[in-house]
Amino acid sequence: MKKATVFLLLISINLISLKLASAQSKNEILIRNATVMTAAKGTLENTDILIQNGKIARIGKNLKAASNAQTIDATGKFVTPGIVDCHSHTMMDAVNEFSYSVTSMTRIRDVLNPTDIAIYRGLAGGVTAANLLHGSANAIGGQNSTVKFKYGKPVEDFVIADAPPGIKFALGENPKRTNFNPAPGQTPRYPRTRMGVLEVIRDAFIRARDYKKDWDDFRAKRTTVQPRRDLELDPLVEVIEGKRLVHAHGYRSDEHLNLMLLADEFGFRVATLQHALEAYKIAPEIAKRGTAASIFADSWSYKLEAYDSIPYNGYILWKNGVNVSINSDSNERMRRLNLDAAKMMKYGGVPEEESLKMITLNPAKQLGIDKRTGSIETGKDADIVIWTAHPFSVYARPDLTMIEGEIYFDRSKDIAKRAELQKEREALEKLDVNRAPGSGGTPPARPSEHRQEDLDEADGGNR
Amino acid sequence: MKLRITNYELRIIKSVLNLCLSVFICGLISSAFAQSDGSQQNQTGKAGTFAITNARIVTVSGAVIENGTIVISDGKIAAVGANVTVPGGAQRIDAAGLSVYPGMIDAGTNMGLAEVGQGAPATIDVAETGDYNANAKAMLGVNPHSSHINVTRVNGITTVLSIPQGGIISGQAAVINLNGSTQNDMAVVPTFGLMVNFPRITLGGGGFNPFAQAAPIDFGEAVKRRDQRIEDLKKLFRDAENYAKAQDAYAKDKSLPAPAIDLKMAALAPYVRGERPVIFTAERERDIRGAARFIADTKVKGIILGGQEAWKVADELKKNNIAVIYTNIYNLPVRDDDAYDYLFEAPAKMAQAGVRFCISTGDSGAEVRDLPYHAGLAGAFGLSKDEALKAVTLYPAQILGVADRLGSIEQGKIANLVVADGDFLEPRTNVKYVFIGGRLIPLTSRHTELFESFKDRK
Repeated sequence: MKKATVFLLLISINLISLKLASAQSKNEILIRNATVMTAAKGTLENTDILIQNGKIARIGKNLKAASNAQTIDATGKFVTPGIVDCHSHTMMDAVNEFSYSVTSMTRIRDVLNPTDIAIYRGLAGGVTAANLLHGSANAIGGQNSTVKFKYGKPVEDFVIADAPPGIKFALGENPKRTNFNPAPGQTPRYPRTRMGVLEVIRDAFIRARDYKKDWDDFRAKRTTVQPRRDLELDPLVEVIEGKRLVHAHGYRSDEHLNLMLLADEFGFRVATLQHALEAYKIAPEIAKRGTAASIFADSWSYKLEAYDSIPYNGYILWKNGVNVSINSDSNERMRRLNLDAAKMMKYGGVPEEESLKMITLNPAKQLGIDKRTGSIETGKDADIVIWTAHPFSVYARPDLTMIEGEIYFDRSKDIAKRAELQKEREALEKLDVNRAPGSGGTPPARPSEHRQEDLDEADGGNR
Repeated sequence: MKLRITNYELRIIKSVLNLCLSVFICGLISSAFAQSDGSQQNQTGKAGTFAITNARIVTVSGAVIENGTIVISDGKIAAVGANVTVPGGAQRIDAAGLSVYPGMIDAGTNMGLAEVGQGAPATIDVAETGDYNANAKAMLGVNPHSSHINVTRVNGITTVLSIPQGGIISGQAAVINLNGSTQNDMAVVPTFGLMVNFPRITLGGGGFNPFAQAAPIDFGEAVKRRDQRIEDLKKLFRDAENYAKAQDAYAKDKSLPAPAIDLKMAALAPYVRGERPVIFTAERERDIRGAARFIADTKVKGIILGGQEAWKVADELKKNNIAVIYTNIYNLPVRDDDAYDYLFEAPAKMAQAGVRFCISTGDSGAEVRDLPYHAGLAGAFGLSKDEALKAVTLYPAQILGVADRLGSIEQGKIANLVVADGDFLEPRTNVKYVFIGGRLIPLTSRHTELFESFKDRK
């Protein structure tokens, strides 16, 4: 009760302040005199960026803007594209549909919560877009949602309408579910082994292929009986037709290779190998297929199948020509993906811009949204972060994060608001409903702590 | 010479061994196996007399020496300064353009107690069963050959506190250097502190099992249960004091009836007498306040581990000389309406309020190598760079009571030194040399070995 009250009030305040921000947004914005790390065409010193109607209109020196343009002096500061997190469960009210081994009918779009405070905290770490994935409990999981973090906006504004749809697959420990004991009386779910996981996927694609043939026949008027729509198989047909991206959770290189071989057989390409902490062992095979890898910078040893993970993974993949992105899979880690990119320079020596691409342009490409975001180039959405120092420095923090020219995080405004929020909190705590038990108040509702390092794990999956 | 034996050969040898009649020969061959894994696990480095020359020396305890020399011999820092004579026969390391730092210290890890988090429970030795385990010693659980150790030290962390967790009294934490073939080789302070999870209000239920139903209990009941646990703990401490008195009395006067030995009470004795610190895990203001009161009441030497809101309890912490091992940089703020940087800026607030603290990863082991970035992030949110560096070198040494031996570059201290090519806390900085106990440590680990094995695969 208490928590809900505080929370609702906070939300309403945020909405008001964001409305003010959006009122200015139709004007031009000029970011002046920054060090611009474009993630496409090098780093530009003392450079201005002119933003018009939410797009990057011009990049250059001494740009002129309309007289009513908002000017941001970024002297001494660094500007990068907004960070794209290619594996996230932020703003999801549910992560895993545990019940079946194939849950391709489920949609993350149906469980998005635009008021999740983790969105704001991600923005404060420079994240502007994310691939919201179903959990890893199932060999074939649910349909993803690719979003921009437009905190304070209605949920439909978050969804990137022209992003190609995707789906989560999962291999290894998590779909086997051998790390978790079934509840008393519960039957263990098939599969239980890596053999079974692959067979579940094969079976699903055989069914999808037959189902597609039924529809092809019907559309070609070879039959007059319209097939019954199958919500489980529809997305898999899209995979076969190359219209839906497969994001395949996995750790062991043999499993990822087996999935890619299966994809070869059914004539599709796996879009991304997720986690892929052993991908360095099969880098040439991945590169050959044009499959991408979305990895952790250096997490390891937290489970048995992460024991061969090495921080040089990104470097070896990059050297082999694989498109590599670094993701967080965590509301916490999301806030410091810039440091994860910096680690790519440390471990193996990925060049600076290539490292930066791993959290910006590369994930945008993996998600098929690189025409609009992921780098600072004219014509792209103005998804931009202004940092106090070089973003690979541990002492750097974002001062300002914008999406399509609208400011969604502004540290100075955040700080200015704090005293007011504190006062409000104190006032709320004094309300009768919020008083401690025994002093006449109603007992507070059970607090739900948002402290899980990893939401997937809390949901029973774990990365 | 090291033997390399393939699985196939192993099978053959095993079948031969099965036929082997002589127990003596079996013993001989199996000892050859023990040396045959060929991994980094027994790379304890090279001893000798070393001179690091032309170095920028960040002593931490004093001024930076822009161009100086450090002489290492007998495991110690024999000399440090701008005008130091290099002894004949010393192996020279030219550190022109490089900086030397004291090895970092992480005062809150489960290093060596937890190898693989999930799927390999046999590798986990963090928590004993039961609520009161004062006699459980981390030192006896640390695996000197854990792969986490090499991975950690090659990033410049040379000493850690390894702590048991779980229950109310979890056991005794050990200060260890990250080098050695045996636990004894690693030990700096084998029984440093007693770990106590300070009782807090918990509403029950939950866990990771998605099918398990949480069974919430009444808030008032939860408060009572917390208070009862604190009273129980106090009583246990008093009992331990009395136990120690009885043992002392008997030691002086053998005509008294011999009191029975109780391992748990005996383990508690030095802590309840204030001879060694008690480390209380506490995060929120209410719990830290409670722990501070408990420390004052029981007159133990107290340390707080966790410490999210320790800055709010500055007066009590200072009055009772309680330091904080802060483990919350890589954590999300608990409440939705906490500021986004609530836990990033807590160290700066502690520094401002005059609370003694250090920064720790609080990690089980694998990610302890990120310690510099924990400190650096505190630096991004208000803590000075100088204080951030101290928070992972000198301050943890002080809190762990080893500042006479570790934590800064001073003559006579243990030679735990790291030579790096830039700011020690920056992720782009590369570690070039590591010394632990005066031994030059190879910069190899499970990770570099796997890297070497696969980097050129076509």
